[in-house]
Amino acid sequence: MWRPVFALIRKELLAVLRDTRSRMVLIGPPLIQLLVFGYAATFDLNHVPIAIYNQDHSQASRALVARFAGSPTFTVRDVLGSARRADGLLDSRQVQMLLVIDPRFTRDLLAGRPAPVQLIVDGRNSNTALLIEGYASTILDDFSLAWSAAHGAPKPTAVLDLRTRYNQTLASRWFIVPGIVALLTQVVTLLVVALSVAREREMGTFDQLLVTPLRRIDILLGKGVPGVLIGLFEATVIIMATVLWFHVPLRGGLAPLYFGLLLFVIAVTGIGLAISALSATQQQALLGAFLFMVPSVILSGFATPIANMPGWVQVLTLINPMRYILVVVRGVFLQGAGFSELGSDFWPMALIGFISLAAAGWLFRKRVV
Amino acid sequence: MSAAPDTGPALRLEAVWRRFRAGKRIVTALAGISASAARGRVTGLIGPDGAGKTTLMRLIAGLLRADSGRIDVLGIDVAQDPLAVQSRIGYMPQRFGLYEDLSVRENLDLYADLQGVPQEVRAARYAELLHMTGLGTFTARIAGRLSGGMKQKLGLACTLLQPPQLLLLDEPTVGVDPVSRRELWQIIDHLTRDAATTVLFSTAYLDEAERCDAVLLLHDGRLLGSGAPAHFTNEMAGHSFYASAAVGRRHLQERLAAMPEVIDAVIQGSRVRVVTALAAPLDAAALGPQVADFAMTPTPPRFEDSFVARLRKVAASPPPPVGAGTAAAPAPVPAEAVIAVENLTCDFGAFRAVDAVSFSVARGEIFGLLGANGAGKSTTFRMLCGLLPPSHGVLRVAGYDLRNAAAPARRQIGYMAQKFSLYADLSVRQNLRFFSSVYRLAGAQQRTRIDWAVAQFELGEMLDATARDLALGFKQRLALACALMHEPQILFLDEPTSGVDPLARREFWRRINLLAAAGVTVLVTTHFMEEAEYCDRLLIMAQGRVLTAGTPEAIKAAARNAERPDPTMEEAFIAVIEAAATATTVAA
Repeated sequence: MWRPVFALIRKELLAVLRDTRSRMVLIGPPLIQLLVFGYAATFDLNHVPIAIYNQDHSQASRALVARFAGSPTFTVRDVLGSARRADGLLDSRQVQMLLVIDPRFTRDLLAGRPAPVQLIVDGRNSNTALLIEGYASTILDDFSLAWSAAHGAPKPTAVLDLRTRYNQTLASRWFIVPGIVALLTQVVTLLVVALSVAREREMGTFDQLLVTPLRRIDILLGKGVPGVLIGLFEATVIIMATVLWFHVPLRGGLAPLYFGLLLFVIAVTGIGLAISALSATQQQALLGAFLFMVPSVILSGFATPIANMPGWVQVLTLINPMRYILVVVRGVFLQGAGFSELGSDFWPMALIGFISLAAAGWLFRKRVV
Repeated sequence: MSAAPDTGPALRLEAVWRRFRAGKRIVTALAGISASAARGRVTGLIGPDGAGKTTLMRLIAGLLRADSGRIDVLGIDVAQDPLAVQSRIGYMPQRFGLYEDLSVRENLDLYADLQGVPQEVRAARYAELLHMTGLGTFTARIAGRLSGGMKQKLGLACTLLQPPQLLLLDEPTVGVDPVSRRELWQIIDHLTRDAATTVLFSTAYLDEAERCDAVLLLHDGRLLGSGAPAHFTNEMAGHSFYASAAVGRRHLQERLAAMPEVIDAVIQGSRVRVVTALAAPLDAAALGPQVADFAMTPTPPRFEDSFVARLRKVAASPPPPVGAGTAAAPAPVPAEAVIAVENLTCDFGAFRAVDAVSFSVARGEIFGLLGANGAGKSTTFRMLCGLLPPSHGVLRVAGYDLRNAAAPARRQIGYMAQKFSLYADLSVRQNLRFFSSVYRLAGAQQRTRIDWAVAQFELGEMLDATARDLALGFKQRLALACALMHEPQILFLDEPTSGVDPLARREFWRRINLLAAAGVTVLVTTHFMEEAEYCDRLLIMAQGRVLTAGTPEAIKAAARNAERPDPTMEEAFIAVIEAAATATTVAA
């Protein structure tokens, strides 16, 4: 009963593993992508080039400039003697921020009046601009507090005491790299599954399969299970790299992580099979896979929070399995979440998997017979 | 434009070698070819798939470099100046790059632009080419909607826009129906006669050799012979006979093929065509007492006889006798219809691919579906295998409609797809194991069948070879072995011997004959006229309709007239098609 299905699964795995090229495709490019994403994709700002126009040549203003110069976030590119070159520097992207210290800075400080400091920020990338403003105002706040303490000025009445949980240093790599586990698992699973049927169609072997006593469900299983196995293998490789290379803490258990990944890979396999059933050639399958992949990444919360999206887009994310697996992976890695916390993300993936597999089965029936 | 001297051969090859790296193996595509082609003549480059024809064409066109040796084209060394050669030749590759979304006229314009044909000469040149190819009325038609033969003619017209001194045609007649094939040859004859073009024409169809002025016979990268086709056929004068006896033709053929003094024995109609090693008829006594009324009548030799004789010398030993591929009981044939088709129709949108086709096939019969590309034979075939739903009509295979039949019903059939579709990345052993497992063979039974396949098809030496690397003949054997793992009652073969060499084709048909003798029903599609001779009965299709059906003998007899006292299958086929075309014109 199950022997033919096992034979099909064995054949699929052999076809992938015997071919040196497809073996490389499974391991090489994902690892390269992991390294590229892991190092390149970061929200942290470092070495932002700034220019300073200090009109108040006093000890206090120099102390403020020193705080900016000493911060790893900023690199002082230029100290201006006049306001003339300031606009040019911003326009030509030589600096992203201009700090202008008023000539009355020290006088006002000593007089206990608010001392004016102007920040001019390049707003062409709104996200970076916001971050620059945040960092800069933190430096200014620190300076004010230190000045007040040193000069006996009245302390602010309320003081903010910030504690960050799960990612204490707010390293964005901790946020992004676990997300890559989900991203690359999806890419590899989807491609393996979507291309396998299309390749057989191109080679003419698919007809050969259809005339055997294999039932549609057998073919669906025989094509789907290898995708699930390869997807889980891929996830394992990337999880290992995440922990051993990027040193992202894996705080939770492997059981909830792999349970989530299994549901995710099944859902993606179902989608891959549906794409495969609709395409006649490998080229079409590839196109279909990417047509699904790009929106699914954007609507997943991989980079931009779902909570910031308009309401109707948020509704759309509900049918995207990657949305749920990102919560699971990040939850298990950083928070140490277990089955009880993740239940609300497990069942939607199971549901999507069930529906996509059923749809794939139906499409197969429609297309092939 | 000719800078080269106009004397000497148009093409001279001296000890040309070319090897390719395929994975870990090194394949020798051409092993020291020395030959030449005369100016203003048609030289045929003849050999089965994988013989090295395309490699040689590409070397001559300067698209590949030879590892060693020298190629002079029109007096120019290709290795020294490939551009000078390319400006003087026309090259039509196997799949000519027609833009299927452009019209006939737009394709011509595009290639005229690419080849830099001046605007002022275009109108005259187009008119000439369109007249020659008979495409004049189709200039506005989209190239993708042309028939296979018309596409080839358009490709040829595009190649001829800038009249070349040497024209290289790589298998232009593949997938082209006999009528278009004849027209293509008329164009080629016209080119050499009136335009003094030299043509190098490659083909795997041996009957085309006799239309060439000279022939280069290629096999496995080696030149088996060269010269005028008559030179080849004359070698075999007195060796070829028609044999008949008071036994079944398959039985007689099997007996004859097993005799050491027989080079070749193939079924033709009700008789067996025999080529003997000595130029003398066989002694009836050698066949044994069971064969009564044995008679041999001499018949003129063919080009193929010489090729087979040469191959037999190259090939090691004669193939061992083959056993039937199934345990089916030797049929005490009741005339029971195993395949029954009534009013089978298939529509793709507004296009009717198959139109009310009816026929039936009895147990143990070899039944052929014959027709050009687009005639509807593949669509009919796919419906029979349960791969495509019919739009109307009734269809029973072994009592089932395979489309709705449960999986066990499909165990009754074996299927061999076009181009021997195997899993190219798997080894021979893995392919055998996969197909036997899919048919639910297990344990000792599975081992027995795999051992049987390995022994029967002589696959022992290459069990661990990857299927992709097999020679075409072995691929064909493996594909048949895979289709027979589960001892099916019905065998579907889609273009089973296209491109393989004549020996491999003969061996294949010997196996099929034995299967049929053991009661297996065989359904074959083919556009290869000679293959049709092996069938018990044929159905000739065109434009989705059945034109005629019957035994090969009867179909040939119907085409017999004063001009053609003994028509070949191809001539009979053309006669049937033309008669149908006239009938439609008259009706219209």
